[in-house]
Amino acid sequence: MSTLIINGKVIDPSQNISSKTDILIEGKKIKGLFPRGKGPKADKVIDASNCIVFPGLVDMHTHLREPGFEYKETIKTGTMAAVRGGFTSVCCMPNTNPVNDSISVTEFILRKTAMEGSCSVYPIAAITKGQQGEALTELEALIEAGCIAFSDDGKPVMNSLIMRRALEYSKIFGVPIISHCEDLMLSEGGVMNEGIVSTTLGLKGIPNAAEDVIVARDISLCKLTGGRLHIAHVSTEGAVNQIREAKARGINLTAETCPHYFTLTDESLNGYDANLKVNPPLRTSADVEALKEGIKDGTIDVIATDHAPHHYDEKNCEFDRAAFGISGLETAFSLGMKLVHEKMIDIKQLITMMSVTPSKIMKINKGSITEGADADITVADTEKLYNVDPKKLVSKGKNTAFGGWELKGAVVKTISMGKVHE
Amino acid sequence: MLKSKHLLGIKELTPEEIYHILDTASGFKDVLMRDIKKVPPLRGKTVVSLFFEPSTRTRTSFALAAKRLSADDVNFSVSSSSVVKGESILDTALTIQSLGADLMIIRHSSSGVPHYLSRSLNISVVNAGDGSNEHPTQALLDLFTIRSHKKDIKGLEVAIIGDIAHSRVAKSNIYGLTKLGARVRVICPPTLMPAGLEKLGADVFHNIDEGIKGADVVMALRIQLERQSKGFLPSLKEYFNLYGLTGERMKLAKKDAIVMHPGPMNRGVEIASDVADGPQSVILEQVTNGIAVRMAVLYLLSGVKQ
Repeated sequence: MSTLIINGKVIDPSQNISSKTDILIEGKKIKGLFPRGKGPKADKVIDASNCIVFPGLVDMHTHLREPGFEYKETIKTGTMAAVRGGFTSVCCMPNTNPVNDSISVTEFILRKTAMEGSCSVYPIAAITKGQQGEALTELEALIEAGCIAFSDDGKPVMNSLIMRRALEYSKIFGVPIISHCEDLMLSEGGVMNEGIVSTTLGLKGIPNAAEDVIVARDISLCKLTGGRLHIAHVSTEGAVNQIREAKARGINLTAETCPHYFTLTDESLNGYDANLKVNPPLRTSADVEALKEGIKDGTIDVIATDHAPHHYDEKNCEFDRAAFGISGLETAFSLGMKLVHEKMIDIKQLITMMSVTPSKIMKINKGSITEGADADITVADTEKLYNVDPKKLVSKGKNTAFGGWELKGAVVKTISMGKVHE
Repeated sequence: MLKSKHLLGIKELTPEEIYHILDTASGFKDVLMRDIKKVPPLRGKTVVSLFFEPSTRTRTSFALAAKRLSADDVNFSVSSSSVVKGESILDTALTIQSLGADLMIIRHSSSGVPHYLSRSLNISVVNAGDGSNEHPTQALLDLFTIRSHKKDIKGLEVAIIGDIAHSRVAKSNIYGLTKLGARVRVICPPTLMPAGLEKLGADVFHNIDEGIKGADVVMALRIQLERQSKGFLPSLKEYFNLYGLTGERMKLAKKDAIVMHPGPMNRGVEIASDVADGPQSVILEQVTNGIAVRMAVLYLLSGVKQ
């Protein structure tokens, strides 16, 4: 079965392509690229007129919730949400039940993906057994089983010695250690950003310092060990500045942020909307500006979703009791496009940050439209306007922070391993 | 008239609405001074109180306010209800609404719960204290009390001493007093000061003598005993030495200054007995005024015609 994508503008930053090109797909692979109108006949033709065509997006920070929390999301629904949002690969975090700290859980995830997944799934294993922060997991066995990175996401490794050992030991394999930077003592009991808004709402705040001190620690440990550190979901100005300065000193680290952190501030919490409760919390406009600056100048390498689906009941309750997290796979591209429309970055950089760079960091063979590569391609209309309707999300988690927003730039089709999702 | 059918906080009220409540309360204060302390306007109305936090004075004050207005008042006891069986708070509230309540008085340890419930309920919600957000009827009764001693709230210097970070009473009073034109000085150790407080229009002092100087009203707040164990304070003794409201310190305030406390008091922690029981204290008046103010709130929210 062959498919030809015609009339689109192909943007592939991995090869510096930005041209009117037709793409031929044969089975699960890309067969070739042709100047517009010069492609061969194919079984199926996709007309990408007025659209851009780019390497399928890669989310290096997804919570698929399975096993253990199937009422929130499953591998089936999570990957359906992924392709709806233009993602052809997702890296799933290990805070499932049981935690992905053993090959049996990793194998289960991959088997389930093979059976009912709509896109590629790359498991991230826990750094420590049970995410307890005490003893390292068996990195070799987990990598052998298919894990591509390690993180105790959701729970930081508070013991600095264990974090040091993880960064050291992981060097054998060259895999990233993804750090959720949060000092649990400083953030204890907090449910939103600490500042005038938390004071006005009477909610317990989480100061920027809770993130900044662990970023500082991990940068020091990265320098000490030469390990491969990746900082997850950067939310503060202080973290951006520290990462920029560390990179200038030649320290080998990368960092991601998420659309909600560069789009929203804590002021949107007025009204106690639990769908805006997320960890790290939404910060101030100064932090948003710093993040945008960090995205622009390359301090922030990746835009990830931190897709954190939750059940309706877990958000429809007292704010203090509500679960942390935002369902993000289906809005991430459009929110990234917002930066493009605002002329903060160009489309090429957006695709780099959402496909090319995450593929490089995770060392997966994705993020490029070349002959012989996996047929992972996203087609998007950058000018299309639409309203975000939480009820219409494919994810089981309807907990979007952007319900009712009008966004510009929509994914039209996602082709994952040659299969077309509309 | 009040714009909203709920009383969620002072934050949401205009100065005119605050004055309207206070003026209405004056009429009810007269009722409370009579031999027969009851009037009929809420006959046939049902007031349900739903308290998720222990409270005796506020709950009793609301109950008496409802009774004085001839409403039927029902106390929904949380410990004996289905809440302990795992029912969601919204389901509990909807159940109470279906039982025929006209007004719901709610106290909860989580900020924003009255706001959250009010979005799904048709009946009026009265916030009787939510987390460290607001305690609007306490601020209203404080304003009522201040007004009965001072001609005009505008221009007054009001000092509030205590655990501002965790105090919904402090927040509601800051909103109310600044809206009516008073200057608020907040006096607390830096560990008990919430972030960005100065943006609410209050002046912040960490030295009580400086803060209290020339004040027209001095309000001490309760220090919760667990603040010691969480590292906010080295000891209650040290707190009393630094921030306790003593007779000596009251000399720095204006001669005719009044002393207030929302209760319950910790004598020897935030306030000395000679001040609590002294001639400047209006603490017990506050309690009485609380009923009049809550009568006014229930009356105005119930929407009955005068």
